[in-house]
Amino acid sequence: MIDPNDRAVAVNKVTKIFDGHTVLNNLDFIIPKNKIVTILGFSGAGKSTLLKHILGLMLPTHGHIEVLGQDLTQLNKVQLREFRRNFGMLFQYAALFDSMTALENVMFPLKEFTKMTPEQMYDHASKLLISVDIQEVAFNKLPSELSGGMRKRVGLARALALHPHIMLYDEPTTGLDPITTKMVNELIVETQKNNLSRGMTSIIISHDVRATLQISDYVAFLDRGNIVEYLPAAEFAKSNNELVQEFINL
Amino acid sequence: MNTSASPQSSSWIHRRIEKIGRQVIDAVDGLGLIVNFTGRVFYWAFKPPFRLKIVFEQFYFIGNKSLLIVGLSGAFTGMVMAYQVYFGFQLISVDSLVGPVVALSLAKELAPVLTGLIVSGRAGSAMAAQIGSMKVTEQVDALEVMGINGVQYLAVPRIIATTVCMPMLSSLFLFIGNIGSYLVGTKALMIDEAMYLSKLGEFMHMSDFYQGFIKSIFFGFIVSVIGTYFGFSVTKGAEGVGRGTNQAVVWGMISVLVLDYFLTSFLVKIL
Repeated sequence: MIDPNDRAVAVNKVTKIFDGHTVLNNLDFIIPKNKIVTILGFSGAGKSTLLKHILGLMLPTHGHIEVLGQDLTQLNKVQLREFRRNFGMLFQYAALFDSMTALENVMFPLKEFTKMTPEQMYDHASKLLISVDIQEVAFNKLPSELSGGMRKRVGLARALALHPHIMLYDEPTTGLDPITTKMVNELIVETQKNNLSRGMTSIIISHDVRATLQISDYVAFLDRGNIVEYLPAAEFAKSNNELVQEFINL
Repeated sequence: MNTSASPQSSSWIHRRIEKIGRQVIDAVDGLGLIVNFTGRVFYWAFKPPFRLKIVFEQFYFIGNKSLLIVGLSGAFTGMVMAYQVYFGFQLISVDSLVGPVVALSLAKELAPVLTGLIVSGRAGSAMAAQIGSMKVTEQVDALEVMGINGVQYLAVPRIIATTVCMPMLSSLFLFIGNIGSYLVGTKALMIDEAMYLSKLGEFMHMSDFYQGFIKSIFFGFIVSVIGTYFGFSVTKGAEGVGRGTNQAVVWGMISVLVLDYFLTSFLVKIL
């Protein structure tokens, strides 16, 4: 059972309506601190919309989103932008800045938000890159010169640069081969473990049931804007929910 | 009475009217979005941090990298104008006025307008393509997640750089165009050099130069606003980037020409 006092994210009766179409429907659930929580669902279930609400990139039509004790609906745009520094995000295709090298990508948030000297930035970024298994020889390569798996790792290093409290993964294994998928999943678990002392919650949006059950603490299933199942990963596969079973057995 | 044709034709008319109405609403809607985007640009332009390094990078791309094409266009426009004006003026024996007529045309219209069109084609399209491809590959979202405003980081430096570079490029166009005209006029068409220069001095005034200079500032602004706006409007992958780039060039060029009319009608009264 999730302790409501130990929550990283609380989604309180959130409804999102776009042009009369309800995308999130009275959504109400809690994401506990320092755990890996995966949100599964079919395409169009509202996963990306939910992610944007957690990030404060979208605000609900009704309801509240509370992240690390802060109600995002009460913040103005400038406060929201500052608050977003609590997040790190690994995008589906890494979203590396293609005009910058791998090292420059990781140094970018440091340049923008810290007062580090260039040497300190270099040291910090190098350590992060090495921690995600990017060798020094690849530091000065452009994203177009890196493989899909390497881009993901650089993207993860960039997301971790400012020590986020909440790490979001948007379809982290989509489009990757099985070996790279395994590597990315291990990286997610390792990242969570390495940052646990500072406090880190990982939220994964995914289609990949197998990987989800291996690496998550909790799994939520979103269908047409509703959470229809939310269980510890070990129990999720045994769910009686027909949709969940259909999704698992696809 | 034939009753069967009437409902069909009336439904056809309805559809046509609906289609026109939708197009008008879309156009007004689009204009509103551009005005809104411009408002955001002004808002973010005066908010720190001021990213001068990116502004200078854009100066290099928009200004320095446009020098050759602007210079070449200026030279050949001046040379062609000198020929055309000379053969017309020769008929009424005022060929000595080739210099000032070409210079005035260049200063007031051709230099700012043609530079505007060139920059729209070269830099406006590049802005839309760069920002558009960043948008479809989630790089703009990555900025937002980091707490960096995309308009401030991507649009504002490009718009500042283009607005500052455009009058400089237009002045270069004017300068090289006049050299081209002078060379063709005096060396190929054998107009007396002293006469050419004295007439130029007699008819050209600083206000003529100011007119083109002021216009080019506005052209720089509008071309870059449109280029960046269509970059941010891109959706649907590579096809969307292509469409956004195309729209940026088309609307950038149309805006230069339409704005030129309104600016001319205003500036001729005050300068």
